[in-house]
Amino acid sequence: MISAKTLLAFAAVVCIGLMPGVSAAQGIANYSPVTDQRLQKPEPHNWLMYRGTYDGWGYSPLDKISAANVKKLAPVWSLSTGVIEGHQAPPIVNDGVMFITTPQNQVFALDAKIGDLMWRHKRELPDDIILSHPTNRGVGLYDDKVYFGTLDCHLVALDAKTGQVIWDKTVDDYKKGYYITLAPLVARGKIIVGMSGGEYGIRGYIAAFDAKTGEEVWKTYTIPGPGEPGHETWPGDTWKTGAVSVWITGHYDPQFNLTYWGTGNTAPWPGDAHPGDNLYATSVIALDADTGKLKGYHQYHWNDSWDWDEVSAPILIDVPRDGRTIKALVHPARSGYLWLLERTAEAIKFVEGKPYVKQDVFASIDPTTGRPTYDEDRKVGLNKAVTFCPSLWGGKDWTPAAYSPQTGYLYIPANENLCSYLVGKETPYEPGKLFLGIDRTATKLLMAEGAKHIGELQAWDMKTFQKVWTHQFKWMNWGPVLTTAGGLVFLGGTNDRYFRAFDAKTGTPLWEYRTNSGITAVPTSYAVDGVQYIAVQSGWGVDAQKMQARLDTLLGTSTIVPQGGVLWVFALRD
Amino acid sequence: MEHKDNSDAGFPRCFARRTVLQVVLGLVPGWPLLKGAMAQESVPHQIRPQAGDRFVFATGERKGNLIAPADLPSGGPPVTAYPMDPHSRIVGDGSRLNQVLLIHFEPEALAEDTRVRAAAGIVAYSAICTHAGCDVADWKDQAKTLICFCHYAEFDPKDGARVLDGPAPRRLAALPLKVADGFVTAAGGFIGRVGFQPG
Repeated sequence: MISAKTLLAFAAVVCIGLMPGVSAAQGIANYSPVTDQRLQKPEPHNWLMYRGTYDGWGYSPLDKISAANVKKLAPVWSLSTGVIEGHQAPPIVNDGVMFITTPQNQVFALDAKIGDLMWRHKRELPDDIILSHPTNRGVGLYDDKVYFGTLDCHLVALDAKTGQVIWDKTVDDYKKGYYITLAPLVARGKIIVGMSGGEYGIRGYIAAFDAKTGEEVWKTYTIPGPGEPGHETWPGDTWKTGAVSVWITGHYDPQFNLTYWGTGNTAPWPGDAHPGDNLYATSVIALDADTGKLKGYHQYHWNDSWDWDEVSAPILIDVPRDGRTIKALVHPARSGYLWLLERTAEAIKFVEGKPYVKQDVFASIDPTTGRPTYDEDRKVGLNKAVTFCPSLWGGKDWTPAAYSPQTGYLYIPANENLCSYLVGKETPYEPGKLFLGIDRTATKLLMAEGAKHIGELQAWDMKTFQKVWTHQFKWMNWGPVLTTAGGLVFLGGTNDRYFRAFDAKTGTPLWEYRTNSGITAVPTSYAVDGVQYIAVQSGWGVDAQKMQARLDTLLGTSTIVPQGGVLWVFALRD
Repeated sequence: MEHKDNSDAGFPRCFARRTVLQVVLGLVPGWPLLKGAMAQESVPHQIRPQAGDRFVFATGERKGNLIAPADLPSGGPPVTAYPMDPHSRIVGDGSRLNQVLLIHFEPEALAEDTRVRAAAGIVAYSAICTHAGCDVADWKDQAKTLICFCHYAEFDPKDGARVLDGPAPRRLAALPLKVADGFVTAAGGFIGRVGFQPG
């Protein structure tokens, strides 16, 4: 007979084993608290947020690794993450402590110099969860805590030193399709996240939470409700399930105290299912960091019908224009257009737009407002079959472009020569079910006639708004971009598993290293004890894998890109 | 008369086991977490399909109606269904993991192992993809294959739902069937794990 004591001991062991988010390892003795001042002006040796700085440049001022010596770059340590699927998160580094996230919401804390595992947090996800985008795009740092969003739609604060859960806030109901993939934006003591889940017909929003307590501070829907300006752009009840997700971390202008976010497409996809402009879909919106109040917006294109999520937040760059310097927002859009906007404390104003890949949908652009007109034959509608370019994955999907103040160039990871065939189909809304409004089995990826390549790395001079060089890849490019003061541009993104460095000025390939898997993660650079490192996760999956599958179907090929995540850290070796 | 292990008929036995666990675990931290793990067992609408269960339409105009063999078009497409306890008439729609795909083939079109589990050519599989847990909701009519739109996993329902293409690591869980009293009926629980395996 089993005694009550034995049962109790057994139960305690079982309970500990079931704790959601198990952390283990040695902990961190000295940790530098992250302050607003440090976030506004990170030390050159650190990488404190998703794109390094609030302006979203993806630029490191470190220059010890340069065009002259990058051939000596070699791995110095690595780490297996233990999970498959799309690794997309940047290694975020605070004074020698590195944090990465992986698919399935793991968080690792590592010694950034030698790779010692300080702690590991593993989240126990519900067994009925849908991982339609099985990824996570990184942590946010503030004070002595580490913040991340989860696939079951929680926002979690961990103790940066130990990995122990400080608070765990349910943000929304994952069973209705809400989830979080972005790295939280941290601004003025608030942890700000947006909702993924447009494919399930959510009503998107951005919400801010108190960094200390996890209490919600503000919440702003990306689809205006009744009585709010813009609500009239949604017929009937379509606003309730219109999507407009926020997939990617916003950028922040401390001078205006405004956060800038890219917003997703509508649900269902065919525009005639919800005729109207559908504000604030496929837009940039400016929200006050303290109140969440909408202070300005620009809709890149109205009544989206192509799944052209404009997920990436625009990059904040000072650009010379007509004899003055404008505070610009620059956005290489999924629609295939490169947009230049001007931001002020009160508004966002169109300046210029031009295609950076083949685009056959926009018939014209209003020179004053930037509003496009459409070739109606290429606009997806219910019971209407349409071919359009670029494909539904766009000229650039979520993968962040980068800017180098050294060259004045914007670097766009583009996909050229791809088009989509879609057939609109009436689809009833059901909570938690795909709400795309297309005949899914009829969907096709196509290549433009005469195409010889797909992937591109493009460099655009922001002074002239002209393209200055292009590097072509035979297959697709899903590589987020890093620029450095060493005159270098780093990215992976190709299905041949290479991580590459280019000369930032000329586009000349300078270095490459073959990793375990395809790289779709954000690379970063940091320094410890005066040594500069380049770090990136390699782990193919999500949309890169989906595009490969569609391409294989088109071409009758079978391409194997091994999955499984590894963090790679590189430094110069003699 | 058919009975199921976890139906209301089996409740007293289940209750007794839960009571013991509650007494023991209520004393220790972490009980709420274990409570969540037990939820599937204790909530009737969440109980996985069991031997003797009938099936009802999960969606559409006939949602909630019992499914007879004649309701399933020969050669597909699949019908998405939930199990229903024939005694309590409780539908297992409390968990998306209970969604079942029913497809009617000619028996001779089925692989031998699949035919053994089938009832008059009708096969049943979990509708949850083994890759990332999405609904397997699409059908290639010409190839007679099941597609998960999330990441394009493709399964062969005529051959145990083995993986034909895409990232799924293993076949869909299968459900053995029989026809009883004129209705499609489960002959047992799922064979294989439902959904994806966290890494």
